[in-house]
Amino acid sequence: MNAVLKIVLQRLGLGLITLFVVSVIIFVAILMLPGGFAEAILGQAATPETVAAFNKEIGLDQPAIVRYAYWIAGVFQGDFGTSYASRVGYRREVADILAPRAFNTLFLAGMTALIAVPLSVGLGLLAALYRNTWFDRGINMISLVSISFPEFFIAYIAIVLLASPAFLNILPSLAKVDDDASLGERIYRCALPAITMTLVIVAHMMRMTRAAIINVLASPYVEMARLKGAKPWQIIVRHALPNAWAPIVTVIALNLAYLIVGVVVVEFVFTYPGMGKMMVDAVTSRDVPVVQACALVFAATYILLNLIADVLGIVTNPRLLHPK
Amino acid sequence: MTATHEAASVTAKAAPSISQRRRRSKLGNAWRGFVKAPTSAKFGMLIIALYVIAAIFAPIIAPHGQAEVIGPGYQPWSWQYFMGTDQLGRDLFSRLIYGARNTVGVAFLTTMLSFALGGSLGLLAAIAKGWTDQILSRIVDALMAIPVLIFALLLLSIFGTSVIKMVLVMAVLDSTRVFRLTRAVSQSIVVMDYVEAARLRGEKLPWIMRREILPNIMAPLVAEFGLRFCFVFLTISALSFLGLGLQPPTADWGSMVYENKMLITVGRLTPLLPAGAIALLTVGVNFVVDWFLHKTSGLKE
Repeated sequence: MNAVLKIVLQRLGLGLITLFVVSVIIFVAILMLPGGFAEAILGQAATPETVAAFNKEIGLDQPAIVRYAYWIAGVFQGDFGTSYASRVGYRREVADILAPRAFNTLFLAGMTALIAVPLSVGLGLLAALYRNTWFDRGINMISLVSISFPEFFIAYIAIVLLASPAFLNILPSLAKVDDDASLGERIYRCALPAITMTLVIVAHMMRMTRAAIINVLASPYVEMARLKGAKPWQIIVRHALPNAWAPIVTVIALNLAYLIVGVVVVEFVFTYPGMGKMMVDAVTSRDVPVVQACALVFAATYILLNLIADVLGIVTNPRLLHPK
Repeated sequence: MTATHEAASVTAKAAPSISQRRRRSKLGNAWRGFVKAPTSAKFGMLIIALYVIAAIFAPIIAPHGQAEVIGPGYQPWSWQYFMGTDQLGRDLFSRLIYGARNTVGVAFLTTMLSFALGGSLGLLAAIAKGWTDQILSRIVDALMAIPVLIFALLLLSIFGTSVIKMVLVMAVLDSTRVFRLTRAVSQSIVVMDYVEAARLRGEKLPWIMRREILPNIMAPLVAEFGLRFCFVFLTISALSFLGLGLQPPTADWGSMVYENKMLITVGRLTPLLPAGAIALLTVGVNFVVDWFLHKTSGLKE
């Protein structure tokens, strides 16, 4: 157990360093702002005075290290700065815009995970149980094809099938959610985006589950179980699965991390008021503080999920847990 | 007709008879490999060939120009407007064909740049070792900790959106992955005796990179090129779909999906065409890469 603890602590330390480096990268990005950026943002309102005020506002009169210190200290206190969309007498704090959007994205991602994880593990087990049959081959083919589809293609196919007069018309094709919507309303509105994201990630997780199980099935103790007369599903669930958890759990965490990229496009398709949509809108209007905040939250989540994948891979590895 | 033309130009260029025979046997080998390829790989190659033809001969094949307005907007599929018209009344079929040139061309160019940058730096890191390797690898590690699409969005918000900026941003971000692979595969080649011999012979660094190491890591790099192309292609399409990539009136599959998305809600399938064109090419390339990996890894059925 001690050895495991040491490895886990090492990984956590490495994760913290990565987070720090990434925060520096995201901050440094703003230093590369081309000259005349203030003029571009202010547009018609650009006079020498307003440009100077804007440059002071975003801190161009201070050295970069000082600005980074202020920025990161603010982030730790939940202050991501002020949006460029603020004008005199009307401040828009990035954190205030971000919080409800982040909750919406979390809700959508959580809903997707609740559908996708049991589904892909279940299908993977079935594919391993009925390996090399038409069922296995069919699922394999579908997953190979769906991996190479762009997210918006899957999204529009889902809309055609479930939310348009062409086929079934049972779900809303736009996922506009108010802040005070009830839980049932939210789930109904989020159904299509969640289904889309499920389709995006389920294939990969399922294939890995199948591969991990089949990998274990070749070992002698599984043959032993077979020889003593255990049923095929018993062999898979009771004997193979416990030793296959490590790769499966790792892949699940990695796919949830992949959702971060998918969520940007999917939220945009369904105009869902989440962080992904917010980030794209901010990129279009070049609202750099908002983009930075979104990038930081997305990157931090991505790193954390990768870290969790790493740690889970270690602690679910029986060989590491019970050293000889 | 194009096939005979190409064959003629090949024989015309290969003037000495010896090189001509070698050329032919190479072609023959390629043909034998193609015949033996599984159906999925043949299907993939067929798709790629069709896309390449559409991209090269777009102005000849397409009945209309990519920005040409030929009728009212949102026309349904008919004999007059083969695949209907888009929101401004431009011919969708023509724009699809021009899209092969614009979207695939830009993705291809980006992948080439990414390989030139990531490949040469990866080779450099593997040969130079020591500090050069450490610094380059740590920079790449840090850049890879952020998802590509998120990073690309951040950079595009700072530099502004245009095709050239998107190509450069994507090439730099993607080159980190190429760097990783090139460095990893060349590390096992660098320690070979013949590389040492070349070094003792006094060969310069570029010569060793190009003549000693590159030929030996070509197979994994070619397969990786296919995969990275798919990734770049999908990401660029996503950026264009989000309105941050290729700008109108250039025909581009990603933005075509977005421009025509209203039609979906009334049950028309037009926006699925450009999206399907993207998906089909990715599937095709994946099939070919799958076969190529299988072939070069020496696995037999």
